[in-house]
Amino acid sequence: MKNLVNTLLLACLVAFTVTAQSGYAVGDKASDFNLKGIDDKMHSMASMEDAKGFIVTFTCNTCPYAVMYEDRLIELQNEFGPKGYQVVAINPNDPDVKPGDSFASMKVRAEEKSFNFPYLFDEGQVVYPMYGATKTPHVFLLDKSLTVKYIGAIDDSPRDASAVEERYLANAINALEMSKDPDPSFTKAIGCSIKVKS
Amino acid sequence: MKKNSCHWIVTFICLFGFPYLLMGQVKIFEKFDEFNQVVLENISEDTTYVINFWATWCGPCVKELPYFEELNEKYASMAFKQVLVSLDSPRKMDSKVVPFIEENEVKSEVVLLADGKYNNWIDLVDPRWSGAIPITLILKGNEKLFYEKEFHSMEEIEIELLKLFKI
Repeated sequence: MKNLVNTLLLACLVAFTVTAQSGYAVGDKASDFNLKGIDDKMHSMASMEDAKGFIVTFTCNTCPYAVMYEDRLIELQNEFGPKGYQVVAINPNDPDVKPGDSFASMKVRAEEKSFNFPYLFDEGQVVYPMYGATKTPHVFLLDKSLTVKYIGAIDDSPRDASAVEERYLANAINALEMSKDPDPSFTKAIGCSIKVKS
Repeated sequence: MKKNSCHWIVTFICLFGFPYLLMGQVKIFEKFDEFNQVVLENISEDTTYVINFWATWCGPCVKELPYFEELNEKYASMAFKQVLVSLDSPRKMDSKVVPFIEENEVKSEVVLLADGKYNNWIDLVDPRWSGAIPITLILKGNEKLFYEKEFHSMEEIEIELLKLFKI
């Protein structure tokens, strides 16, 4: 009986661990997507032929921590776009839960901020679980072959851009440029949970 | 007349002094290490702790907060302690955090963890934490339960609490 209980407990633990770790880890090959952008066109990474890598960023209009990084995402595109690294922003939130993250609101926000990168809507919420994004903002840096090279935060100071000491993402891209593996390749930061119907 | 003015002073303190007393109760921790020592590691064996990480800007956090308040009220007289850890910017203390506490008459202890070097301490709270809020920890002795989710009723939290809380 005790053995049975132990086995059940172990099964629960394994099941939980597997759930907790769903999504990509560094080194995994990511799937492409085909999502509608605020330009009303469909975007996939395959269609961005000139890119050497992709800064896939799950973000949204409504999360203060996502908003704090809008200007920094624009700067990243300015800095690394010419080197071939394309920022691709994806809004994973269900607009029924968070109306401020509707496709129409995305267009308004992109216009207000003059986003210089595609801002895509994860309609039906299929892409973010595949990647294992849990919050906004949440970055996945992919190389040309779509291998995941870095997961996590853009830098170490969300609330204050002027107090950044470590530019995790920029450092990771610079490492790729030198054919090195990013270190760290995984970081964590506070963010807003992705909004789903409960 | 003297009695009357006494009343006025008492009324004045109640009306205008209360917010200042309350404001003094939100301790700010600039560094995680200090927070860890005072809140997460400073636990007595017989007490069950509920630690909820939230922020005034976090919709799901604000929605579940009344359930935590209900829980606190129910267990306050027992070997139970609840701490609501705000991850708001310390700059928002007077404009957001304190007004929120007052408007919602929050009775649980609230502290503010200001350390913005998240990558250095998120794993120390729990390696399972992705960084999204809200999260809830239930602690008793060496046991720890972790939830990266939004609770939808007091009973839902209570079921989890009772896994460690023993009368």
